[in-house]
Amino acid sequence: MTRLAPRPGELIDRSAEITFAFDGRPVRAFEGDTIGSALFAAGRRVFSRSFKYHRPRGLQCCSGHCANCQMTVDGEPNVRVCVTPAREGAVVQGQNFRGSLDRDLLQVTDKLGGPFTPPGFYYKTFIRPRRLWPLYEKVLRGVAGLGKVDPNGTPRRRVEVVHEHAGVLVIGGGRSGLEAAAVAAAAGERVIVVDDGPVVGGRLLADPEGRSRADELHAQALEAGVELLVPAVAIGLFEQGFVPVAHGDTLVKIRAGKVVVAAGAIEQPLVFPGNDLVGVMLPEGVRRLVNLWSVKPADRAFVVTADERGLAAASDLESAGVDVVGVLDLREAQPPNLEARGRRGRVEAFAVNGKVTPCDLVVMSGSPQPDYKLLAQAGARVEYDAARGIFVPTDLPPDVEAVGAAAGDVGEPGVPLPVLGHHGDKCFVCFCEDQTKKDLRYAIEEGFDSIELSKRYTTVTMGPCQGRLCHLNSIRLYAKTTGLDESAIGTTTSRPPHTPVTLGLLAGRPHEPTKRTSLHHRHEDQGGQMMWTGPWRRPHSYGPDPAAEARHVHDAVGLIDVSTLGKILVAGPDAAAFLERTYPNRFSDLRPGRIRYGVLTGDAGRIMDDGTVARLDDETFYVTTTSTGADGVYQWFTWWNAVWFMDVRFAQLTGAVSAVNVAGPRARELMQRVSPDDFSNEGLGYLDARHVRVAGVPCLALRIGFVGELGYELHFPSPLAEHVWDTLLERGRDLGAAPFGLEPQRILRLEKGHVIVSQDTDSESNLLEAAMPWIVKNDKEFEWVGKWATQEVAQRGLRWMLVGFESPSGAMPVEGGQVVVDGVSSGRVTSVRHSAQLGKVIGLAIVPHALAVDGGRFDVQVDGRRVPMRVHLGPFFDPAGEKLRS
Amino acid sequence: MSLLVTCPNCGPREVHELRCAGESTRRPQARPTRRELNDYLYVRDNVWGFQREWWFCRSCEEWFLAERHTYTNEVARTWHPEPAERRA
Repeated sequence: MTRLAPRPGELIDRSAEITFAFDGRPVRAFEGDTIGSALFAAGRRVFSRSFKYHRPRGLQCCSGHCANCQMTVDGEPNVRVCVTPAREGAVVQGQNFRGSLDRDLLQVTDKLGGPFTPPGFYYKTFIRPRRLWPLYEKVLRGVAGLGKVDPNGTPRRRVEVVHEHAGVLVIGGGRSGLEAAAVAAAAGERVIVVDDGPVVGGRLLADPEGRSRADELHAQALEAGVELLVPAVAIGLFEQGFVPVAHGDTLVKIRAGKVVVAAGAIEQPLVFPGNDLVGVMLPEGVRRLVNLWSVKPADRAFVVTADERGLAAASDLESAGVDVVGVLDLREAQPPNLEARGRRGRVEAFAVNGKVTPCDLVVMSGSPQPDYKLLAQAGARVEYDAARGIFVPTDLPPDVEAVGAAAGDVGEPGVPLPVLGHHGDKCFVCFCEDQTKKDLRYAIEEGFDSIELSKRYTTVTMGPCQGRLCHLNSIRLYAKTTGLDESAIGTTTSRPPHTPVTLGLLAGRPHEPTKRTSLHHRHEDQGGQMMWTGPWRRPHSYGPDPAAEARHVHDAVGLIDVSTLGKILVAGPDAAAFLERTYPNRFSDLRPGRIRYGVLTGDAGRIMDDGTVARLDDETFYVTTTSTGADGVYQWFTWWNAVWFMDVRFAQLTGAVSAVNVAGPRARELMQRVSPDDFSNEGLGYLDARHVRVAGVPCLALRIGFVGELGYELHFPSPLAEHVWDTLLERGRDLGAAPFGLEPQRILRLEKGHVIVSQDTDSESNLLEAAMPWIVKNDKEFEWVGKWATQEVAQRGLRWMLVGFESPSGAMPVEGGQVVVDGVSSGRVTSVRHSAQLGKVIGLAIVPHALAVDGGRFDVQVDGRRVPMRVHLGPFFDPAGEKLRS
Repeated sequence: MSLLVTCPNCGPREVHELRCAGESTRRPQARPTRRELNDYLYVRDNVWGFQREWWFCRSCEEWFLAERHTYTNEVARTWHPEPAERRA
């Protein structure tokens, strides 16, 4: 154990012990520890294996910036354990090694590969023979990777999305952030502070002199009513103050009037040989170990720094009993030759111009870089400040503010040389992707001299740290190598996410919105097997034999719930004129109490939707749409009228009105039992619409025949749906009244050759090639929507036609099956069913126009064979429509 | 897209509470030539800058017009169209 005696301000609660497992062994920790601090206190120094060379890596920033401490925690890979609170019972594993974290067999890539694996090596080397690439890739992915997602073993966590609105959102809960938050809250704003934790205070926490100030600010903020979201990470800054925040398993989407970025600065590594050895750390990492978790980081430390931070770390180390064997302040002198020397990946000594000082910790500190990434995402410009060797944000977008270190307030650091050592190759610029100064120079020599190109080629800044620790150094190295200055090179584009987040968090909680009709529970009680149709749940059938349900409709009477149909009331003096404009059909001559089938097209002439249009009186039409078209048609109508300003109003009745179709030769008998109204051909003829009473309930009865038998479609208030349904079934029991599902309905409608829009039509279908020319009334006064495109189709000539067909052999093609003519794919089957009533397989297909004649022949691909089909024009069942009119 | 759009009825709304139906277009008055029909149906100005577009508010179910900057997503103005502005 390297735990120190209790220190004032430490975060750990020594009275509360917890235990978690690391690689199968128990690790003891205190409440307040992170997994990283507990492992370090327990003596662990190697935390991960590097991406490419499998070099051992240890804690470096201890602040959640670098990728050095990524482990798999409770099945979730790539978790930065330095900032992940230790939890009782957590299961923690190292990743990206073969063997063990301490003895990784793949480290051979470091010994062998180093000099031979410049950027692009894999793609250049393993490109031939090309067919072996999948094999190469599999092997390479296995050795150069991060943690592995276990597709079976990871329990699915419940992810939530929460929306919040704030007057002011402060990103970063350090000194500047808390001060800004308190001021805004005092002004009466709702203020939220997001901080990556473990508690607010930022850099003050790890500063023995700042600790009381942190507590004071914390208390002040709470008193002012500031809300704290901790630990939480802002993953992007979008327009109009929109900031998604990862807060454990919750994605908090915050919309703020003003966003204050107080994200602080990110300490920068120095580039010298051995700068990635275990035991080479950044000052804040060391200070957090000592002051937050009371851990002694080493016995002998060497500090090399370009600013005050390194010196502060040196003083903390001394207070923890660490022997500080050397301090090199780069502001005073910049020796050209620094080197960290190590054995087995661990630092053992630090050499300055050849003078070797044994030590087991090196603290390195370049110029701290303001964390401007969120600001840049939001549109700020970034400028190079040559005097301090850092990039600072400028030209902030409206309603975005930067304060403290993030705004550039990082003191007056010295500017370290871009490279501080020449001995050896392993001067790492990018730790995440194992890119050294040599790799970057190689890339420049190869011609990747733009920073954006080089980023893509070398993948510098594209690793888990997202450039936090490598962006500045890589640009400065570029500047030195190419002779350009840093501002000419510029920065690469900042993109969300600012910090890696799991895909699960972004995907959110799986939702599958479901629509149910008012009769849903009746269907379930009556044995309905429910299926999805768009967002709706509808009964597929009520038993194992849909054909029997279809037969029942032909023989007696069946009931089907068609409440999913869209229902729109179109009313007003201009209602008829409006429908004349939007439909190809004519409606001006539709008499009150009559129904007409209508199809909607856009101006591109493609079929959008269909349904029935019933004229209730001179100025009122009751329009039905397809089940999925209800919203779309409503929006379509209201949009056109936002343009035309006709005197017409629309009411969306889809949910308020339920509908049941009563169909079969005994339908009339049933209706007469439940209604005082006249359901004879004189009282309610084919395609008539009347207000009637059914089971005491006011209904609109539409006499239409989608399923081919005498039928009444009853529309009535949804709250009474179960009463109407029950009464119909009860009073019709001796007539054989029974519910039928969607599947029998599809058989029945196919027997009539009735089209289902979007089943038998697609986004290319037009009225003429869907065999609906009778609908098109080009002599109407207004240029109806879709007219011109339909005329263009007529002019160019028909290419396709939607036709009925039967299968003489009885072979059953699949829906979507290819139509083959002269060996060429020439259309497709859109619907197919076996009709027991007709004793054959029938369907609809889109075929070349020339074949659209009764008896036309074409082949359909069935199970790899071509099976001949025969075109059948018109309905298969009751072609004269006598049943409908009976 | 994470912008706020102000519905003239309902006030500022998150974008997913609305539907953007794209750049407003001008529907020909009489039968267009094939080229004019194509332009009307398929060709958009696609400007960099403010464009006039149609939006539908799912809350009040009203259509309105908006001037939105296609790059910054700044919405300069939203309003219910007047008869004099007939375009489509």
